[in-house]
Amino acid sequence: MSAPTATELARRLRAQLGASAVVTDEAERRTYECDGLAHYRTVPALVVLPESAEQVRTVVRACHEAGVPWVARGSGTGLSGGALPHPDGVLIVTSRMRRILSIDLVNGRAVVEPGVINLAISRAVADHGWFYAPDPSSQSVCSIGGNVAENSGGAKCVKYGFTVYHVTGLELCTSEGELIRVGSWLAADAPGYDLTGLVVGSEGTLGIVTKVAVRLLRRPEQVTTLLAGFPSTTEAGAATSALVAAGLVPAAVEMMDALAISAAEQAVACRYPAGAGAVLIVELDGPAAEVAEEERIVRQVFADCGAIEVRRAVDEAERAEIWKGRKSAFAAVGRISRNYIVQDGVIPRTSLASVLASIDELARSAGIQVANVFHAGDGNLHPLVLYDETVPGELDAALSVSGAILDLCLEHGGSITGEHGVGVDKMAKMPRMFSADDLETMQWLRCAFDPPGLANPGKIFPTPRLCGEPPRPRSAATTPGIDQGIEIW
Amino acid sequence: MVTGAASIVRPADVAGVVDAVRAAATDSRTVAIQGAGTKAAWGGRLAAVDVVLATTALTGVVAHEPGDRVVTVRSGTPLRELQETLAASGQRLCVESGYADATIGGVLASGEAGPLRLRYGSGRDLLIGVEFVRADGVVARSGGRVVKNVAGYDLGRLLCGSYGTVGVITTATFRLHPLPAASAWVVATGVRKDAFLSPVGASAGGPSPGGASWPGPSPGGEWRPGQPGALTDGSDASRRAAIAVLADIATVAPSAVESNLGGPEDTGELAVLVEGSPAGVTARARAVQTLLARRLPGADVAVVTRPPTWWGRYPFAGGEVGLKLALPVSAVPAVLGTLHERFGPRLAVRGSLGSGVLYAGLPADVDAGVLAAALAGVRAGLAGTGGSCVVVTAPPSIRDGLDLWGEVAGLSLMRRLKAQFDPAGRFAAGRFVGGL
Repeated sequence: MSAPTATELARRLRAQLGASAVVTDEAERRTYECDGLAHYRTVPALVVLPESAEQVRTVVRACHEAGVPWVARGSGTGLSGGALPHPDGVLIVTSRMRRILSIDLVNGRAVVEPGVINLAISRAVADHGWFYAPDPSSQSVCSIGGNVAENSGGAKCVKYGFTVYHVTGLELCTSEGELIRVGSWLAADAPGYDLTGLVVGSEGTLGIVTKVAVRLLRRPEQVTTLLAGFPSTTEAGAATSALVAAGLVPAAVEMMDALAISAAEQAVACRYPAGAGAVLIVELDGPAAEVAEEERIVRQVFADCGAIEVRRAVDEAERAEIWKGRKSAFAAVGRISRNYIVQDGVIPRTSLASVLASIDELARSAGIQVANVFHAGDGNLHPLVLYDETVPGELDAALSVSGAILDLCLEHGGSITGEHGVGVDKMAKMPRMFSADDLETMQWLRCAFDPPGLANPGKIFPTPRLCGEPPRPRSAATTPGIDQGIEIW
Repeated sequence: MVTGAASIVRPADVAGVVDAVRAAATDSRTVAIQGAGTKAAWGGRLAAVDVVLATTALTGVVAHEPGDRVVTVRSGTPLRELQETLAASGQRLCVESGYADATIGGVLASGEAGPLRLRYGSGRDLLIGVEFVRADGVVARSGGRVVKNVAGYDLGRLLCGSYGTVGVITTATFRLHPLPAASAWVVATGVRKDAFLSPVGASAGGPSPGGASWPGPSPGGEWRPGQPGALTDGSDASRRAAIAVLADIATVAPSAVESNLGGPEDTGELAVLVEGSPAGVTARARAVQTLLARRLPGADVAVVTRPPTWWGRYPFAGGEVGLKLALPVSAVPAVLGTLHERFGPRLAVRGSLGSGVLYAGLPADVDAGVLAAALAGVRAGLAGTGGSCVVVTAPPSIRDGLDLWGEVAGLSLMRRLKAQFDPAGRFAAGRFVGGL
């Protein structure tokens, strides 16, 4: 966007939304230059903070009239650069849209604005014995609008499913500035194509959501958390497979390897079983009668697979103690390594042992370390590739290992992302996972929802040339210098 | 419904589907995609069909890795056959059909989902990867073979419930679940109808056919934390025993809560499926039995090891009128009350009370004008809630004069989607919402 266009757009939006909603100051705009993936940075031409759906529509309409691209941003915790601003575009920040609009416990639904923090929904209904299931690790800060864009998962999605399972309807502002309601607020199966399901996970490229109807669930009667130490990831991996074979669907199955455990011990003294080369955290929830039986089976599996020690938590304090090491792991790795890359890939559960061995081999031959902290229950790996940017060659080695891990995932029939999204970070890998025809077909969706190509252009697809979308200037990505980990997953 | 003399092709593989679709495109012929044809009478009147493309020769499991709880299957495979294969490994696909011969592709395309949807969702939630043939004959895929995957748009969600208007599903990959070690049905029979439905205009705060005072919040109303009074209590609905009991049994985590009422019987049935370990199921089923007996006075409540005969079956036969009611649970009594007042003992209702998705059946000779008025009344009452009342199937004489779908949120976007994926309107034109 040319400087005169930006100035005119800012003037117009100030008049309509109020001065405080429009940010033009360069230093202030710079605070929005990246999301949780800090090695891609672009200062947006303009930042706007609307307070309502109608204000969002005003902004989007103004952009449409001016032919200006825009990017939606929630809390900025995304890990694929999905909310990376467009250098010539408007960044629409939803952080002022934090109202919970309605809660209906007879029908088990809440309608919220996109800036509402994930955890705020569960807090609002906790006293009544309900909760909102998706639990990305950033849930105390991430927004529902961002969760919708990324189809966020979390530790418990192995049982409860992703955001798309729990969103029944949306109000969407299309890139042409039309507010439409899709899906259903209080029921299921709205007639017609599943527009809600298409928008969830579309990484902000099909429009911006202005209201979200979410499903609420009754809190389970019993929650039991078990921690088991194993000699190595081999035994812990075997235990994971054995849990599947035993017909269990735990609420969470999380694994940490020796390096991750060691980092967590140094950081938060989590006192995991001494000598453990791997730990598994298994959380069971449901009716008390079932959880007790499942616990018996899990303990048997742990024993059969050579667990060194098993601990059990049944109240919140004990549970927090067990989860402390797991939840602090990313930040903890930041204490033992100057820099690291958080990878996100998925493999079939049955390939776990083989892929972990290959990752180990990759790291060894590159002369760097990889810590593994991941959702073992659904094969979603989060290898942390450690490096020191001050050591010549280490960054390149880390990037190479990180990329090779994704290739490994694909070789095993997996995916390049389980929950962080494609964003800008993994666009280049998309043609390895999908054919040109697949990618073209996906972009037909884009053409239907966003013919002018103004909604978050330049994300997901490496060659977005359809629907007359103008060529995008490449973002001025700086050298990778990944920030020390916040608690992310 | 396919009428007239269309030619039928049954490709044996994906290449055959591509050839058939390309040939149709070259000759500008229209195509009706069909599985076993169990739901051929569903949806709107098809424009003239030149070719019926049946997927029934695209059969068999492509890959099943029990340790991954994932299966890839060809679309023409009967769902029942797939379940038999999976059961041998102690697994199941938690997608169900009301028809014994239904194929995987047909179940997905029609959006069918059975009692288990309460706990496991519908096909759209369990489909993790799909391959299909586009209207121009190109093969496309989305998703993958792993249970967790957010790479790219999920085109499977576009195909689910699309009534064959988007593309020919050739292969589907699903997330599976373990077969439970034990199952029990807690069945209440002889449940008084007023446990399910509200008499029209009966009480203050109750429903009115005009819809002014229907339960449920207006989505625009602001709710402030710390004001439990602002929580919707469902008013009249909560006084209906069959609705109130849903909240009671939630902690037992039932896999399904189904109901059956209508017809000449003046009572209804409520059945709750409990699945899990043998000991757990025994305890939970007993708890449900106690709750139902207390909440539904006069009903007989028994724990049985087989589902009631009506379980998972539609309340309408071929040639009859079938409605799909996707309702806020709080609106169930009022909707059923409205329909019951119009049709009395001619109305049969079955379905997933716990999920708010019910089906209603009416005889083939129902008066079209009365039906149209009933639809209008129910839909007006549901305005603003996102609930819907769709005529799934009806004899042509009745169907062609009816608004089958009611108001469709986002129809303009759906038209654009259809224009992108099938610009010539080759696939099943006329069958879907808005004549798509």
